[in-house]
Amino acid sequence: MKELHTLSIKEVHEGYKNGDFTCTDLVKHFLRRIEKYNPKLNIYLNLNSRVIEQAEVLDREIKEKGIDRPLLGIPFAIKDNFLTLGIETTAASNILKGYLPQYESSVTQKLLDAGAIFLGKTNLDSFAHGSSTETSDFGPTLNPWNPERLPGGSSGGSAAAISAQLATAALGSETAGSIRQPAAWCGVTGFKPTYGRAGRYGCIAMASSTDSPGPLTKSIADAAIVTKVISGKDPFDATTSSLPVDDYPQFLGKQDLKGVKIALVKEYLLPQMRQDVKDLIIAAVSKLKELGAQVDEISLLDPKYSIGVYTVIQRSEVSSNLSRFDGIRFGHSRDVLCQETKRRIMLGTYTLSAGYYDAYYKKALAVRTKIVDEFTKVFENYDAIVGAVSPGPAQKVGATKDQPMFGEMEDILLEASSIAGLSGAGVPCGFVDNLPIGLQITCAQFNEKKAIEIADCYQRNTDHVKFPDLDKTL
Amino acid sequence: MHKAQSVTIDDVIKIAKLASLNILPEEEKKFAEQFSQAVEVVNELNEIDTKGIPETYQVTNLVNITRDDVVDHSRVLSQELALSQAKKTHSGFFVVSRVIDSTEEI
Repeated sequence: MKELHTLSIKEVHEGYKNGDFTCTDLVKHFLRRIEKYNPKLNIYLNLNSRVIEQAEVLDREIKEKGIDRPLLGIPFAIKDNFLTLGIETTAASNILKGYLPQYESSVTQKLLDAGAIFLGKTNLDSFAHGSSTETSDFGPTLNPWNPERLPGGSSGGSAAAISAQLATAALGSETAGSIRQPAAWCGVTGFKPTYGRAGRYGCIAMASSTDSPGPLTKSIADAAIVTKVISGKDPFDATTSSLPVDDYPQFLGKQDLKGVKIALVKEYLLPQMRQDVKDLIIAAVSKLKELGAQVDEISLLDPKYSIGVYTVIQRSEVSSNLSRFDGIRFGHSRDVLCQETKRRIMLGTYTLSAGYYDAYYKKALAVRTKIVDEFTKVFENYDAIVGAVSPGPAQKVGATKDQPMFGEMEDILLEASSIAGLSGAGVPCGFVDNLPIGLQITCAQFNEKKAIEIADCYQRNTDHVKFPDLDKTL
Repeated sequence: MHKAQSVTIDDVIKIAKLASLNILPEEEKKFAEQFSQAVEVVNELNEIDTKGIPETYQVTNLVNITRDDVVDHSRVLSQELALSQAKKTHSGFFVVSRVIDSTEEI
Protein backbone atom coordinates (compact mmCIF):
# COMPACT_ATOMS: atom_id res chain seq x y z
CA MET A 1 0.00 0.00 0.00
CA LYS A 2 1.13 3.55 -0.73
CA GLU A 3 2.25 5.59 2.25
CA LEU A 4 -0.58 7.66 3.70
CA HIS A 5 1.02 11.07 3.11
CA THR A 6 1.33 10.39 -0.63
CA LEU A 7 -2.39 9.87 -1.22
CA SER A 8 -4.64 12.16 -3.26
CA ILE A 9 -8.11 13.18 -2.03
CA LYS A 10 -9.67 10.43 -4.11
CA GLU A 11 -7.21 7.84 -2.79
CA VAL A 12 -7.86 8.86 0.82
CA HIS A 13 -11.59 8.41 0.25
CA GLU A 14 -11.00 4.98 -1.31
CA GLY A 15 -8.90 4.04 1.71
CA TYR A 16 -11.69 5.11 4.08
CA LYS A 17 -14.29 3.19 2.07
CA ASN A 18 -12.18 0.02 1.99
CA GLY A 19 -11.42 0.33 5.69
CA ASP A 20 -7.66 0.40 4.96
CA PHE A 21 -7.15 3.22 7.51
CA THR A 22 -9.17 5.76 9.47
CA CYS A 23 -9.10 9.55 9.51
CA THR A 24 -7.48 9.30 12.96
CA ASP A 25 -4.72 7.10 11.48
CA LEU A 26 -4.14 9.61 8.70
CA VAL A 27 -4.09 12.60 11.04
CA LYS A 28 -1.70 10.85 13.44
CA HIS A 29 0.54 9.95 10.49
CA PHE A 30 0.71 13.61 9.43
CA LEU A 31 1.32 14.75 13.01
CA ARG A 32 4.32 12.38 13.23
CA ARG A 33 5.70 13.78 9.98
CA ILE A 34 5.09 17.33 11.16
CA GLU A 35 6.90 16.59 14.42
CA LYS A 36 9.82 15.20 12.46
CA TYR A 37 10.17 17.76 9.67
CA ASN A 38 8.50 20.97 10.81
CA PRO A 39 11.30 22.07 13.17
CA LYS A 40 13.62 22.21 10.15
CA LEU A 41 11.22 23.61 7.54
CA ASN A 42 9.08 25.97 9.70
CA ILE A 43 5.93 25.30 7.69
CA TYR A 44 3.30 25.23 10.44
CA LEU A 45 3.03 28.15 12.88
CA ASN A 46 0.25 26.64 15.00
CA LEU A 47 -1.30 23.20 15.17
CA ASN A 48 -4.95 22.42 15.81
CA SER A 49 -4.97 21.10 19.38
CA ARG A 50 -8.35 19.40 18.91
CA VAL A 51 -7.47 17.58 15.69
CA ILE A 52 -7.52 14.03 17.13
CA GLU A 53 -10.95 14.37 18.73
CA GLN A 54 -12.26 15.97 15.51
CA ALA A 55 -10.84 13.05 13.49
CA GLU A 56 -12.61 10.59 15.79
CA VAL A 57 -15.94 12.37 15.17
CA LEU A 58 -15.35 12.18 11.41
CA ASP A 59 -14.47 8.49 11.69
CA ARG A 60 -17.84 7.81 13.31
CA GLU A 61 -19.55 9.67 10.45
CA ILE A 62 -17.59 7.68 7.83
CA LYS A 63 -18.52 4.45 9.57
CA GLU A 64 -22.21 5.33 9.85
CA LYS A 65 -22.90 7.22 6.63
CA GLY A 66 -19.98 6.56 4.31
CA ILE A 67 -18.32 9.32 2.26
CA ASP A 68 -21.15 11.74 1.56
CA ARG A 69 -19.22 15.00 1.77
CA PRO A 70 -16.61 16.03 -0.85
CA LEU A 71 -13.75 16.61 1.60
CA LEU A 72 -14.78 14.30 4.39
CA GLY A 73 -11.75 13.47 6.53
CA ILE A 74 -9.28 15.29 4.29
CA PRO A 75 -6.45 16.83 6.36
CA PHE A 76 -5.73 20.44 5.39
CA ALA A 77 -2.99 22.96 6.02
CA ILE A 78 -4.51 26.45 6.28
CA LYS A 79 -2.61 29.64 5.53
CA ASP A 80 -2.51 31.67 8.71
CA ASN A 81 -4.30 34.67 7.25
CA PHE A 82 -7.65 32.86 7.40
CA LEU A 83 -9.53 33.29 10.67
CA THR A 84 -10.14 29.92 12.32
CA LEU A 85 -12.23 29.56 15.47
CA GLY A 86 -10.22 27.99 18.26
CA ILE A 87 -6.88 28.16 16.43
CA GLU A 88 -4.58 31.15 16.93
CA THR A 89 -4.41 33.27 13.77
CA THR A 90 -1.50 35.67 13.29
CA ALA A 91 -1.04 36.48 9.59
CA ALA A 92 2.62 35.83 10.56
CA SER A 93 2.72 39.23 12.25
CA ASN A 94 3.66 39.99 15.86
CA ILE A 95 0.74 42.43 15.98
CA LEU A 96 -1.65 39.45 16.04
CA LYS A 97 0.44 37.14 18.22
CA GLY A 98 -1.96 35.28 20.50
CA TYR A 99 -5.07 36.43 18.61
CA LEU A 100 -7.99 34.02 18.85
CA PRO A 101 -10.48 34.75 16.06
CA GLN A 102 -14.06 35.56 17.03
CA TYR A 103 -15.47 34.01 13.88
CA GLU A 104 -14.59 31.52 11.13
CA SER A 105 -13.63 32.73 7.65
CA SER A 106 -16.12 31.95 4.88
CA VAL A 107 -13.81 29.63 2.93
CA THR A 108 -12.57 27.68 5.98
CA GLN A 109 -16.22 27.30 7.05
CA LYS A 110 -16.99 25.88 3.61
CA LEU A 111 -14.07 23.46 3.93
CA LEU A 112 -15.35 22.36 7.36
CA ASP A 113 -18.90 22.01 6.00
CA ALA A 114 -17.47 19.76 3.29
CA GLY A 115 -15.90 17.56 5.99
CA ALA A 116 -12.29 18.80 5.95
CA ILE A 117 -10.14 18.62 9.06
CA PHE A 118 -7.47 21.25 9.84
CA LEU A 119 -4.02 20.10 10.93
CA GLY A 120 -2.80 23.62 11.56
CA LYS A 121 -1.96 27.07 10.26
CA THR A 122 0.89 27.71 7.84
CA ASN A 123 3.54 30.38 7.59
CA LEU A 124 3.36 33.28 5.15
CA ASP A 125 4.99 36.60 4.52
CA SER A 126 3.80 38.87 7.30
CA PHE A 127 0.27 39.96 6.26
CA ALA A 128 0.97 38.15 2.96
CA HIS A 129 3.21 41.09 2.00
CA GLY A 130 5.79 39.31 -0.09
CA SER A 131 6.73 36.44 -2.37
CA SER A 132 9.27 34.61 -0.24
CA THR A 133 7.73 33.80 3.20
CA GLU A 134 10.94 35.45 4.43
CA THR A 135 9.18 38.53 5.79
CA SER A 136 7.27 36.39 8.32
CA ASP A 137 7.78 37.63 11.89
CA PHE A 138 8.23 33.97 12.85
CA GLY A 139 11.14 33.15 10.55
CA PRO A 140 11.20 31.94 6.96
CA THR A 141 9.80 28.63 5.75
CA LEU A 142 12.45 26.64 3.88
CA ASN A 143 11.97 24.94 0.54
CA PRO A 144 11.55 21.15 0.94
CA TRP A 145 13.54 20.60 -2.28
CA ASN A 146 16.53 22.47 -0.89
CA PRO A 147 16.54 24.07 2.56
CA GLU A 148 18.97 26.76 1.38
CA ARG A 149 16.18 28.05 -0.85
CA LEU A 150 12.97 29.95 -0.16
CA PRO A 151 9.54 28.41 -0.78
CA GLY A 152 8.18 31.53 -2.48
CA GLY A 153 5.17 33.31 -1.09
CA SER A 154 3.13 34.60 0.29
CA SER A 155 1.44 31.16 0.65
CA GLY A 156 4.91 29.61 1.12
CA GLY A 157 3.93 27.53 4.16
CA SER A 158 0.94 26.02 2.36
CA ALA A 159 3.02 25.25 -0.76
CA ALA A 160 5.81 23.69 1.31
CA ALA A 161 3.22 21.67 3.30
CA ILE A 162 2.14 19.99 0.06
CA SER A 163 5.68 19.54 -1.28
CA ALA A 164 6.88 18.07 2.05
CA GLN A 165 3.66 16.04 2.21
CA LEU A 166 2.67 17.34 5.63
CA ALA A 167 -1.02 17.62 4.60
CA THR A 168 -3.24 16.14 1.90
CA ALA A 169 -4.31 19.58 0.64
CA ALA A 170 -3.76 23.21 1.56
CA LEU A 171 -5.53 26.55 1.44
CA GLY A 172 -3.77 29.71 0.31
CA SER A 173 -4.67 33.14 -0.94
CA GLU A 174 -3.39 35.13 -3.87
CA THR A 175 -3.25 38.88 -4.37
CA ALA A 176 -0.77 38.71 -7.26
CA GLY A 177 1.07 35.43 -7.48
CA SER A 178 0.80 34.34 -3.84
CA ILE A 179 -0.66 30.91 -4.70
CA ARG A 180 0.88 30.19 -8.09
CA GLN A 181 4.43 31.42 -7.39
CA PRO A 182 5.08 29.40 -4.18
CA ALA A 183 3.41 26.41 -5.88
CA ALA A 184 5.93 26.77 -8.71
CA TRP A 185 8.94 27.17 -6.38
CA CYS A 186 7.89 24.12 -4.35
CA GLY A 187 6.84 22.03 -7.36
CA VAL A 188 3.16 21.64 -6.50
CA THR A 189 -0.13 22.66 -8.11
CA GLY A 190 -1.67 26.02 -7.26
CA PHE A 191 -5.02 27.34 -8.40
CA LYS A 192 -6.21 30.93 -8.32
CA PRO A 193 -9.93 31.23 -8.92
CA THR A 194 -11.41 34.36 -10.46
CA TYR A 195 -11.53 37.34 -8.11
CA GLY A 196 -14.99 37.18 -6.51
CA ARG A 197 -15.42 33.42 -7.02
CA ALA A 198 -14.52 32.55 -3.40
CA GLY A 199 -15.43 34.81 -0.47
CA ARG A 200 -12.87 36.97 1.32
CA TYR A 201 -14.80 37.28 4.59
CA GLY A 202 -12.42 36.36 7.40
CA CYS A 203 -9.35 36.38 5.16
CA ILE A 204 -7.10 39.04 6.67
CA ALA A 205 -7.21 41.72 3.99
CA MET A 206 -4.25 42.73 1.90
CA ALA A 207 -5.43 44.25 -1.40
CA SER A 208 -9.21 43.91 -1.32
CA SER A 209 -9.67 44.39 -5.06
CA THR A 210 -7.50 41.38 -5.96
CA ASP A 211 -7.37 39.03 -2.90
CA SER A 212 -8.51 35.55 -4.00
CA PRO A 213 -8.55 32.42 -1.81
CA GLY A 214 -7.52 29.19 -3.56
CA PRO A 215 -6.02 25.73 -3.09
CA LEU A 216 -2.49 24.33 -3.21
CA THR A 217 -2.54 20.61 -3.88
CA LYS A 218 -0.66 17.58 -5.19
CA SER A 219 -2.53 17.68 -8.49
CA ILE A 220 -5.01 19.76 -10.46
CA ALA A 221 -7.57 16.99 -9.86
CA ASP A 222 -7.42 17.71 -6.11
CA ALA A 223 -7.46 21.47 -6.79
CA ALA A 224 -10.67 21.08 -8.82
CA ILE A 225 -12.41 19.37 -5.89
CA VAL A 226 -11.31 22.03 -3.38
CA THR A 227 -12.09 24.95 -5.69
CA LYS A 228 -15.63 23.72 -6.16
CA VAL A 229 -16.10 23.57 -2.39
CA ILE A 230 -14.82 27.09 -1.63
CA SER A 231 -16.50 28.85 -4.56
CA GLY A 232 -19.85 30.59 -4.70
CA LYS A 233 -21.77 33.60 -3.46
CA ASP A 234 -20.70 34.60 0.03
CA PRO A 235 -23.43 36.55 1.85
CA PHE A 236 -20.67 38.17 3.92
CA ASP A 237 -18.66 39.40 0.92
CA ALA A 238 -20.53 41.71 -1.45
CA THR A 239 -17.84 41.35 -4.12
CA THR A 240 -18.55 37.65 -4.67
CA SER A 241 -20.42 36.62 -7.79
CA SER A 242 -23.83 34.95 -7.89
CA LEU A 243 -22.94 33.12 -11.10
CA PRO A 244 -23.46 29.38 -10.62
CA VAL A 245 -20.33 27.39 -9.74
CA ASP A 246 -19.32 24.88 -12.39
CA ASP A 247 -18.83 21.27 -11.39
CA TYR A 248 -15.04 21.52 -11.83
CA PRO A 249 -14.16 17.83 -11.28
CA GLN A 250 -16.35 17.06 -14.29
CA PHE A 251 -13.74 18.76 -16.51
CA LEU A 252 -11.01 16.33 -15.47
CA GLY A 253 -9.95 13.37 -17.55
CA LYS A 254 -10.28 14.83 -21.07
CA GLN A 255 -8.56 12.63 -23.64
CA ASP A 256 -6.89 15.45 -25.57
CA LEU A 257 -6.93 19.20 -26.16
CA LYS A 258 -8.40 19.18 -29.66
CA GLY A 259 -10.16 22.46 -30.39
CA VAL A 260 -8.45 24.29 -27.50
CA LYS A 261 -6.80 27.57 -28.51
CA ILE A 262 -3.84 28.71 -26.45
CA ALA A 263 -1.81 31.92 -26.60
CA LEU A 264 1.89 32.02 -25.75
CA VAL A 265 2.78 35.59 -24.78
CA LYS A 266 6.02 36.66 -26.45
CA GLU A 267 6.78 39.27 -23.79
CA TYR A 268 6.49 36.67 -21.02
CA LEU A 269 9.66 34.93 -22.25
CA LEU A 270 11.64 37.68 -20.57
CA PRO A 271 15.05 38.66 -21.94
CA GLN A 272 16.57 38.18 -18.47
CA MET A 273 15.08 34.69 -18.14
CA ARG A 274 17.46 31.74 -18.08
CA GLN A 275 17.50 29.75 -21.29
CA ASP A 276 16.88 26.45 -19.50
CA VAL A 277 13.70 27.92 -17.95
CA LYS A 278 12.56 29.15 -21.37
CA ASP A 279 13.29 25.71 -22.78
CA LEU A 280 10.96 24.09 -20.24
CA ILE A 281 8.15 26.48 -21.21
CA ILE A 282 8.74 25.82 -24.90
CA ALA A 283 8.72 22.06 -24.17
CA ALA A 284 5.41 22.45 -22.31
CA VAL A 285 3.98 24.31 -25.31
CA SER A 286 5.11 21.48 -27.60
CA LYS A 287 3.34 19.01 -25.31
CA LEU A 288 0.12 21.05 -25.42
CA LYS A 289 0.35 21.05 -29.23
CA GLU A 290 0.99 17.32 -29.25
CA LEU A 291 -2.19 16.91 -27.18
CA GLY A 292 -4.10 18.69 -29.93
CA ALA A 293 -4.17 22.31 -28.81
CA GLN A 294 -3.56 25.14 -31.25
CA VAL A 295 -0.85 27.43 -29.82
CA ASP A 296 -0.14 30.84 -31.29
CA GLU A 297 2.40 33.41 -30.22
CA ILE A 298 0.78 36.71 -29.27
CA SER A 299 1.95 40.08 -27.98
CA LEU A 300 0.77 41.86 -24.84
CA LEU A 301 1.74 45.02 -22.96
CA ASP A 302 5.27 44.71 -21.53
CA PRO A 303 4.78 43.00 -18.13
CA LYS A 304 7.08 45.61 -16.52
CA TYR A 305 4.12 48.01 -16.51
CA SER A 306 2.03 45.64 -14.40
CA ILE A 307 4.70 46.00 -11.69
CA GLY A 308 3.94 49.72 -11.44
CA VAL A 309 0.18 49.23 -11.52
CA TYR A 310 0.27 46.46 -8.95
CA THR A 311 2.64 48.33 -6.64
CA VAL A 312 0.36 51.36 -6.49
CA ILE A 313 -2.90 49.41 -6.11
CA GLN A 314 -1.51 46.98 -3.56
CA ARG A 315 0.25 49.58 -1.39
CA SER A 316 -2.76 51.91 -1.49
CA GLU A 317 -5.21 49.19 -0.46
CA VAL A 318 -2.79 47.94 2.22
CA SER A 319 -2.50 51.39 3.77
CA SER A 320 -6.27 51.52 4.08
CA ASN A 321 -6.81 47.89 5.17
CA LEU A 322 -4.11 47.89 7.83
CA SER A 323 -5.47 51.01 9.50
CA ARG A 324 -7.77 48.67 11.46
CA PHE A 325 -4.78 47.33 13.37
CA ASP A 326 -4.88 49.96 16.07
CA GLY A 327 -4.34 47.71 19.11
CA ILE A 328 -7.73 48.73 20.54
CA ARG A 329 -10.20 45.99 19.57
CA PHE A 330 -7.65 43.22 19.02
CA GLY A 331 -3.94 42.74 18.56
CA HIS A 332 -1.01 44.74 19.82
CA SER A 333 0.49 48.17 19.12
CA ARG A 334 1.47 49.23 15.58
CA ASP A 335 5.02 49.58 16.90
CA VAL A 336 5.55 45.82 16.51
CA LEU A 337 4.83 45.81 12.76
CA CYS A 338 7.81 44.60 10.75
CA GLN A 339 9.71 46.87 8.39
CA GLU A 340 8.12 45.39 5.26
CA THR A 341 4.61 46.01 6.60
CA LYS A 342 5.47 49.57 7.62
CA ARG A 343 7.03 50.21 4.22
CA ARG A 344 3.93 49.00 2.38
CA ILE A 345 1.52 50.98 4.54
CA MET A 346 3.62 54.13 4.14
CA LEU A 347 4.13 53.89 0.38
CA GLY A 348 0.36 53.41 0.03
CA THR A 349 -0.31 56.36 2.30
CA TYR A 350 1.99 58.38 0.03
CA THR A 351 0.29 57.31 -3.24
CA LEU A 352 -3.13 58.13 -1.79
CA SER A 353 -2.12 61.42 -0.20
CA ALA A 354 -3.16 64.84 -1.43
CA GLY A 355 -1.16 65.90 -4.46
CA TYR A 356 -0.15 62.38 -5.48
CA TYR A 357 -3.53 60.64 -5.75
CA ASP A 358 -4.04 61.62 -9.40
CA ALA A 359 -0.45 61.10 -10.46
CA TYR A 360 -0.10 57.64 -8.95
CA TYR A 361 -3.37 56.02 -7.90
CA LYS A 362 -5.61 57.21 -10.74
CA LYS A 363 -2.85 56.73 -13.31
CA ALA A 364 -2.33 53.12 -12.16
CA LEU A 365 -6.07 52.44 -12.35
CA ALA A 366 -6.21 53.80 -15.90
CA VAL A 367 -3.37 51.48 -16.97
CA ARG A 368 -5.28 48.70 -15.20
CA THR A 369 -8.14 49.38 -17.62
CA LYS A 370 -5.73 48.93 -20.53
CA ILE A 371 -4.54 45.60 -19.09
CA VAL A 372 -8.13 44.39 -18.56
CA ASP A 373 -9.11 45.42 -22.12
CA GLU A 374 -6.10 43.63 -23.58
CA PHE A 375 -7.02 40.38 -21.85
CA THR A 376 -10.66 40.71 -22.91
CA LYS A 377 -9.52 40.92 -26.54
CA VAL A 378 -7.19 37.92 -26.18
CA PHE A 379 -9.94 35.78 -24.64
CA GLU A 380 -12.25 36.57 -27.57
CA ASN A 381 -9.93 34.35 -29.62
CA TYR A 382 -8.19 32.11 -27.12
CA ASP A 383 -9.16 29.80 -24.26
CA ALA A 384 -5.97 30.27 -22.28
CA ILE A 385 -2.66 32.07 -22.00
CA VAL A 386 0.44 30.10 -21.06
CA GLY A 387 3.88 31.12 -19.85
CA ALA A 388 6.25 30.66 -16.95
CA VAL A 389 4.90 31.32 -13.46
CA SER A 390 8.12 32.90 -12.24
CA PRO A 391 11.24 34.07 -14.12
CA GLY A 392 13.35 31.42 -12.41
CA PRO A 393 13.50 28.72 -9.73
CA ALA A 394 13.38 29.28 -5.96
CA GLN A 395 15.82 31.93 -4.79
CA LYS A 396 18.26 31.57 -1.92
CA VAL A 397 17.37 32.27 1.69
CA GLY A 398 18.28 35.92 2.36
CA ALA A 399 17.51 37.06 -1.19
CA THR A 400 14.86 39.54 -0.05
CA LYS A 401 17.15 41.53 2.25
CA ASP A 402 16.82 45.23 1.41
CA GLN A 403 14.89 44.38 -1.76
CA PRO A 404 11.59 46.22 -1.24
CA MET A 405 10.44 45.32 -4.77
CA PHE A 406 11.51 41.64 -4.55
CA GLY A 407 8.00 40.23 -4.78
CA GLU A 408 6.98 42.52 -7.61
CA MET A 409 9.95 41.37 -9.70
CA GLU A 410 9.34 37.67 -8.95
CA ASP A 411 5.63 37.98 -9.76
CA ILE A 412 6.13 40.00 -12.95
CA LEU A 413 4.45 37.27 -15.04
CA LEU A 414 1.39 36.97 -12.77
CA GLU A 415 0.56 40.54 -11.76
CA ALA A 416 -1.38 41.44 -14.91
CA SER A 417 -3.67 38.42 -14.53
CA SER A 418 -4.32 39.27 -10.88
CA ILE A 419 -4.97 42.93 -11.57
CA ALA A 420 -7.58 41.80 -14.12
CA GLY A 421 -9.08 39.26 -11.70
CA LEU A 422 -8.55 36.27 -14.03
CA SER A 423 -8.53 32.58 -13.11
CA GLY A 424 -5.51 30.33 -13.55
CA ALA A 425 -3.56 27.24 -12.68
CA GLY A 426 0.12 26.88 -11.89
CA VAL A 427 1.48 23.39 -12.53
CA PRO A 428 4.99 21.90 -12.38
CA CYS A 429 6.64 21.61 -15.81
CA GLY A 430 10.17 20.42 -15.04
CA PHE A 431 13.36 21.14 -13.08
CA VAL A 432 16.47 23.29 -13.36
CA ASP A 433 19.31 22.84 -10.84
CA ASN A 434 17.11 20.25 -9.07
CA LEU A 435 14.53 22.96 -8.38
CA PRO A 436 11.01 22.90 -9.83
CA ILE A 437 9.68 25.31 -12.46
CA GLY A 438 5.99 26.15 -12.93
CA LEU A 439 3.80 26.68 -15.98
CA GLN A 440 0.88 29.11 -15.76
CA ILE A 441 -2.35 28.34 -17.57
CA THR A 442 -4.42 31.50 -17.29
CA CYS A 443 -8.03 31.80 -18.36
CA ALA A 444 -10.74 34.43 -18.49
CA GLN A 445 -12.82 35.38 -15.47
CA PHE A 446 -15.10 32.51 -14.42
CA ASN A 447 -13.49 30.13 -16.90
CA GLU A 448 -11.87 28.03 -14.16
CA LYS A 449 -13.18 24.91 -15.89
CA LYS A 450 -11.01 25.51 -18.95
CA ALA A 451 -7.85 26.08 -16.88
CA ILE A 452 -8.63 22.86 -15.01
CA GLU A 453 -9.31 20.92 -18.21
CA ILE A 454 -6.03 22.02 -19.84
CA ALA A 455 -3.90 21.65 -16.70
CA ASP A 456 -5.32 18.21 -15.99
CA CYS A 457 -4.78 16.92 -19.53
CA TYR A 458 -1.20 18.26 -19.38
CA GLN A 459 -0.58 16.78 -15.93
CA ARG A 460 -1.86 13.31 -16.83
CA ASN A 461 0.27 13.22 -19.99
CA THR A 462 3.52 14.37 -18.38
CA ASP A 463 5.60 13.29 -15.43
CA HIS A 464 6.58 16.55 -13.70
CA VAL A 465 4.74 16.13 -10.39
CA LYS A 466 7.40 14.97 -7.96
CA PHE A 467 7.95 15.12 -4.22
CA PRO A 468 11.32 15.43 -2.49
CA ASP A 469 12.70 12.69 -0.27
CA LEU A 470 13.04 14.79 2.88
CA ASP A 471 15.49 12.40 4.48
CA LYS A 472 17.85 13.22 1.61
CA THR A 473 17.15 16.91 0.99
CA LEU A 474 17.15 18.05 4.62
CA MET B 1 2.56 64.41 -17.03
CA HIS B 2 4.02 63.82 -13.61
CA LYS B 3 7.77 64.17 -13.37
CA ALA B 4 10.02 61.68 -11.60
CA GLN B 5 10.43 62.87 -8.06
CA SER B 6 12.39 61.73 -5.06
CA VAL B 7 10.77 61.07 -1.75
CA THR B 8 12.53 63.15 0.91
CA ILE B 9 13.16 62.39 4.57
CA ASP B 10 10.61 65.09 5.44
CA ASP B 11 8.06 63.28 3.26
CA VAL B 12 8.79 60.03 5.11
CA ILE B 13 8.29 61.68 8.51
CA LYS B 14 5.00 63.19 7.31
CA ILE B 15 3.74 59.89 5.83
CA ALA B 16 4.64 58.00 9.02
CA LYS B 17 2.52 60.44 11.00
CA LEU B 18 -0.42 60.11 8.57
CA ALA B 19 -0.15 56.31 8.82
CA SER B 20 0.16 56.43 12.62
CA LEU B 21 3.47 54.61 12.58
CA ASN B 22 6.53 55.27 14.69
CA ILE B 23 9.66 54.77 12.66
CA LEU B 24 13.23 54.70 13.83
CA PRO B 25 15.62 57.52 12.85
CA GLU B 26 17.74 55.07 10.80
CA GLU B 27 14.60 53.98 8.92
CA GLU B 28 13.85 57.54 7.76
CA LYS B 29 16.75 57.76 5.30
CA LYS B 30 16.43 54.13 4.22
CA PHE B 31 12.71 54.46 3.53
CA ALA B 32 13.22 57.73 1.63
CA GLU B 33 15.66 55.96 -0.68
CA GLN B 34 13.52 52.87 -1.08
CA PHE B 35 10.34 54.86 -1.71
CA SER B 36 12.18 56.91 -4.34
CA GLN B 37 13.18 53.68 -6.08
CA ALA B 38 9.59 52.42 -6.00
CA VAL B 39 8.28 55.73 -7.31
CA GLU B 40 10.78 55.46 -10.17
CA VAL B 41 9.27 52.09 -11.19
CA VAL B 42 5.77 53.52 -10.88
CA ASN B 43 6.72 56.53 -12.98
CA GLU B 44 7.36 54.20 -15.91
CA LEU B 45 3.57 54.14 -16.22
CA ASN B 46 3.85 57.63 -17.68
CA GLU B 47 5.19 56.00 -20.84
CA ILE B 48 1.64 54.75 -21.41
CA ASP B 49 -0.91 57.16 -22.84
CA THR B 50 -4.06 56.93 -20.70
CA LYS B 51 -5.75 60.08 -21.96
CA GLY B 52 -9.52 59.58 -21.88
CA ILE B 53 -9.21 56.07 -20.37
CA PRO B 54 -11.40 55.56 -17.30
CA GLU B 55 -10.05 54.05 -14.08
CA THR B 56 -10.77 50.44 -13.11
CA TYR B 57 -11.41 50.39 -9.37
CA GLN B 58 -12.72 46.84 -9.34
CA VAL B 59 -13.14 44.02 -11.83
CA THR B 60 -16.38 42.32 -10.72
CA ASN B 61 -18.72 44.53 -12.77
CA LEU B 62 -21.06 44.31 -9.79
CA VAL B 63 -22.83 47.56 -8.90
CA ASN B 64 -24.58 48.62 -5.68
CA ILE B 65 -24.86 45.28 -3.93
CA THR B 66 -27.30 45.68 -1.06
CA ARG B 67 -29.21 43.48 1.33
CA ASP B 68 -32.47 43.96 3.14
CA ASP B 69 -32.23 46.43 6.00
CA VAL B 70 -33.02 43.95 8.73
CA VAL B 71 -30.82 42.79 11.59
CA ASP B 72 -29.11 39.54 10.63
CA HIS B 73 -27.87 37.99 13.86
CA SER B 74 -25.66 35.55 11.98
CA ARG B 75 -23.35 38.43 11.10
CA VAL B 76 -23.35 40.15 14.48
CA LEU B 77 -20.83 39.40 17.21
CA SER B 78 -22.13 39.39 20.78
CA GLN B 79 -20.78 42.22 22.93
CA GLU B 80 -18.82 39.73 24.98
CA LEU B 81 -17.20 38.17 21.93
CA ALA B 82 -16.50 41.54 20.32
CA LEU B 83 -14.64 42.65 23.45
CA SER B 84 -12.88 39.35 24.03
CA GLN B 85 -9.63 40.26 22.28
CA ALA B 86 -9.36 43.87 23.48
CA LYS B 87 -6.53 44.80 25.85
CA LYS B 88 -8.61 47.37 27.78
CA THR B 89 -12.36 47.34 28.30
CA HIS B 90 -14.64 49.16 30.74
CA SER B 91 -18.29 48.31 31.46
CA GLY B 92 -18.73 46.61 28.12
CA PHE B 93 -16.87 49.24 26.08
CA PHE B 94 -13.49 49.44 24.39
CA VAL B 95 -11.13 51.87 26.14
CA VAL B 96 -9.32 54.23 23.75
CA SER B 97 -6.80 57.02 24.27
CA ARG B 98 -8.21 60.52 24.54
CA VAL B 99 -7.88 62.37 21.24
CA ILE B 100 -10.12 65.43 21.80
CA ASP B 101 -8.48 68.32 23.62
CA SER B 102 -5.38 66.21 23.79
CA THR B 103 -2.19 68.17 24.34
CA GLU B 104 -0.53 66.01 21.74
CA GLU B 105 -0.30 67.65 18.35
CA ILE B 106 -2.36 65.74 15.81
